[in-house]
Amino acid sequence: MLEYTPKEMIKRDSGGMINPAKTCQPVGAMYAALGIHSCLPHSHGSQGCCSFHRMHLTRHFRDPIMASTSSFTEGASVFGGGANLKTSIKNVFAIYNPDVIAIHTTCLSETIGDDIPTAIRQSEIPEGKVVFHANTPSYQGSHITGFSNMTNAMVTYFSETKLADGKKEKFVNIIPGFVNPADMREIKRLTEEMGIKYIMFPDTSGVVDSPMTGKFEMYPSGGTTIPELKKTGDAKFTISLGRFASQMAAESLEKKCKIPFVSLKEPIGIKATDEFLMALRGAFATEIPESLECERGQLVDVMTDTHFHFHGKKVAIFGDPDVVTAMTEFCLSLGMLPVHVLTGTPGGALGSGLGGFEQEVKAMLNEAGVCGNVKAAGDLFTLHQWIKNEPVDLLIGNTYGKYIARAEDIPFVRFGFPILDRAIHPYMPVTGYRGALRLIEQISDALLDRCDRDAADEDFELVM
Amino acid sequence: MAITEEKLGEVLGVYPEKVLVNRRRHIVLKEPDTETAQQIEANTRTLPGIITNRGCAFAGCKGVVVGPIKDMVHIVHGPVGCAFYTWGTRRNKAKAGDDGKNYVNYCFTTDMQESDVVFGGEKKLAKLIDEAVAIFHPNAISIAATCPVGLIGDDIGAVARAAEERHGIQVLAFQCEGYKGVSQSAGHHIANNMLMDKVIGNSDVETCDEPYAVNLLGEYNIGGDGWEIARILKDIGYHVVCVMTGDGSYEDMKLAHTADLNLVQCHRSINYIAEMLEIKYGTPWLKVNFIGIKSTCDSLRAMAAYFGNKDLMQKTEEIIARELARIQPVIDQYRKVCEGKTAFCFVGGSRGHHYQGLFSEIGIETVLAGYEFAHRDDYEGRLVIPTIKKDADSKNIPDLHVEADPKRFRIKIAPERLAKLKEKFPFNEYKGLIVDMKEGTIVVDDLNHFETEEFIKILHPDIVSSGIKDKYVIQKMGIPSKQLHSYDYSGPYSGFNGAVIFARDISMSFASPTWNYIVPPWKNQPFLNATINGGDQ
Repeated sequence: MLEYTPKEMIKRDSGGMINPAKTCQPVGAMYAALGIHSCLPHSHGSQGCCSFHRMHLTRHFRDPIMASTSSFTEGASVFGGGANLKTSIKNVFAIYNPDVIAIHTTCLSETIGDDIPTAIRQSEIPEGKVVFHANTPSYQGSHITGFSNMTNAMVTYFSETKLADGKKEKFVNIIPGFVNPADMREIKRLTEEMGIKYIMFPDTSGVVDSPMTGKFEMYPSGGTTIPELKKTGDAKFTISLGRFASQMAAESLEKKCKIPFVSLKEPIGIKATDEFLMALRGAFATEIPESLECERGQLVDVMTDTHFHFHGKKVAIFGDPDVVTAMTEFCLSLGMLPVHVLTGTPGGALGSGLGGFEQEVKAMLNEAGVCGNVKAAGDLFTLHQWIKNEPVDLLIGNTYGKYIARAEDIPFVRFGFPILDRAIHPYMPVTGYRGALRLIEQISDALLDRCDRDAADEDFELVM
Repeated sequence: MAITEEKLGEVLGVYPEKVLVNRRRHIVLKEPDTETAQQIEANTRTLPGIITNRGCAFAGCKGVVVGPIKDMVHIVHGPVGCAFYTWGTRRNKAKAGDDGKNYVNYCFTTDMQESDVVFGGEKKLAKLIDEAVAIFHPNAISIAATCPVGLIGDDIGAVARAAEERHGIQVLAFQCEGYKGVSQSAGHHIANNMLMDKVIGNSDVETCDEPYAVNLLGEYNIGGDGWEIARILKDIGYHVVCVMTGDGSYEDMKLAHTADLNLVQCHRSINYIAEMLEIKYGTPWLKVNFIGIKSTCDSLRAMAAYFGNKDLMQKTEEIIARELARIQPVIDQYRKVCEGKTAFCFVGGSRGHHYQGLFSEIGIETVLAGYEFAHRDDYEGRLVIPTIKKDADSKNIPDLHVEADPKRFRIKIAPERLAKLKEKFPFNEYKGLIVDMKEGTIVVDDLNHFETEEFIKILHPDIVSSGIKDKYVIQKMGIPSKQLHSYDYSGPYSGFNGAVIFARDISMSFASPTWNYIVPPWKNQPFLNATINGGDQ
């Protein structure tokens, strides 16, 4: 497996990727758009883009992922895709009847410079229906950038201030970032436990984890509604979870509707969850309820009870920057040593002037006294080489890590996007205290299964 | 229940006028059996906004045809996505050959950035080729262009030629930008034409020393299909020179001119190459179908008849008898679960036809069939090829013209004997899907989401075989869905062993107890029969 990857670190300066750790913007935009109720994402480009994105999202969620395409041909590429877009809008409303069409661009339509707002203005849009768009050129950033751009478009198109005199309503906007629907549910549950009203956007829960009823619903019950998106402009404040996926929208909302925001880590692990609840507590002067304190206590109990399963183990973590940063912090809080940390997404989220991923992770490692490799805009070929030079006890990352795990015979915990070879993960949160419990279970199980597998008969233990 | 013209009118009535006119031409209600197939429109544009299952030329070129060639490094020149989505997603299995070279688990992309789009990506591409050669030492390299590459005018051909000179290996540049053509099919053409032009015959080897040498064309080894076919062929005594392209190698492909016979499995993706191989080298081709028991037996018998050797024919019958004795009793068990059921069979560009025989062997009738990216000849048979008008989209895909190779062309079978064989077997022939469909069934080209849903509501199939994008749509309706692109990660489904696995998988999808739980028990129980408030009465 991957036997052509040498241990020797070869200087590579082409700027190309070997086994990338990211994909392109439009798939992230498509996923974000699914988090709007009764919305059909529309891919403005060649058919293949839409097909690839639907394929990947469907395999990750094992649920219908509906989206349409402008079906570019050579002619449209030369003369512009405006006509294709207008025809698409007409056909989509007539045949598939969504409330909202969310258009995202592709490298094709971006390169030829299609003017999407003009095409939308010139389109026949039925009364009460909405079309909006995000520019998502595939040659910038990653799928996380695309998610961020589409989420930002929800603010720039819809958020509005209804209340006069700078008055605000007592609720919080929560921008959950590129996480599974179960994580969005868990974040909402924590907020509800706090007794705080919220609007979450985008919210894919109830859309890409819809129940089996014997009936196909093209637009399932979930998703943020357009009235809710409009109302985000009246919130007391905004919590952005995961700065790469969410902060740009929070900044836009601050600019557009003067809503202060706080940018936090994705609430994965104990520290990040604490910070999330503390932010809510501070903004709404609400005490953290006993129920959540109890959940936290259970988590700490388990962390303590099982610490010898994972303490001091070396771990390599890769995936999307927001979840990798939070996961690194959690691993440190478990006493593990994240010696290789890598994301495919380049340094800062576009347009938001964010500091680097490397800076943030290195600071965490330094504080914990861990010496490690950290890289943004890296690829899995590099990660594999690092592991060959400094072996690890555990690999944490998306499905693509399984090749490295097999090549180097390392226990592997699947985490992040995409996970194509296992099911259930979209239903099981990794956020919040309960999500942290699940992560500990996965990490411990992976390590203990390896102990069992490798133990000599006389060392094979009943109790561990 | 069959679909009538009136019912069809009702369904399509939702469409805007232009869509209605367009889509009606892609749908055929099968009339009573006749010798000639009804006409259907195919290989034309999908209208914008329609939720189609189709992909693009890049997907057909790199994703389907070129990607499986194991001893080459395949570089995707473009932004990261296209490389990412064609990395390990199509289940074209491969084992390294004697030289140990197999790069199918690697993914290479120039990861074009905005500056590359503005200033051009040729230098970056050249550097990545150098890196790939230095680290991986492949037998050859491919470059696949994505949409922006064609638009900004990167000359990937020139980059490839310069790299060939630097490294002394072939570097093939495929201009398979996603916007070319109307579906994956355009990409198959671009890929295969290049392999025909630059790779096949690029060797000093003149003849094959092994007897009964064949090429297997249009077999992509999904789930190991090609290996099951190879097992059977090897048992009988055939020598497979090369497979295009599942588990295929660049080194083997160079020798394709030495085969005595070409076998065409997927007609859509490669029939034109089979024709060119006959013009250039004199090698006839046979339309085979190794999906289904009868089709497999028929194909094996036609092959034996071609070589005309008594021992080979006898060995063929022995193997068939041996395999049938082994698998038929098992299949019969599964058939009990499947008997009398109906299926939709909508897949790619040959499987929509290939799988119908196998379905019927386990007692399932196909009531709707179609292809995602086929041409008219796949529906109506090869007779219509000369009458197919080229539209603007197909004109964009360059044709390759070949002539007889003065040194290598040789007659491999006496023309009179071939003519005789043609009466009985599909040599250089394919009659298409429509003539095999029963009266009252429906044939749909480029079936889209709306029609899938509507036709399911009308015809209530027991199983729908399609792809990943509509799998869960169908299952949400309470109907089993079998992916026939990826086989739901099972397989192989080809040959004799594949038939058993397919029968097992299909019967499993009916027999799974999970379907019984869709309706909660309380939905069928009148509320009033329940005890109220835990009362005493």
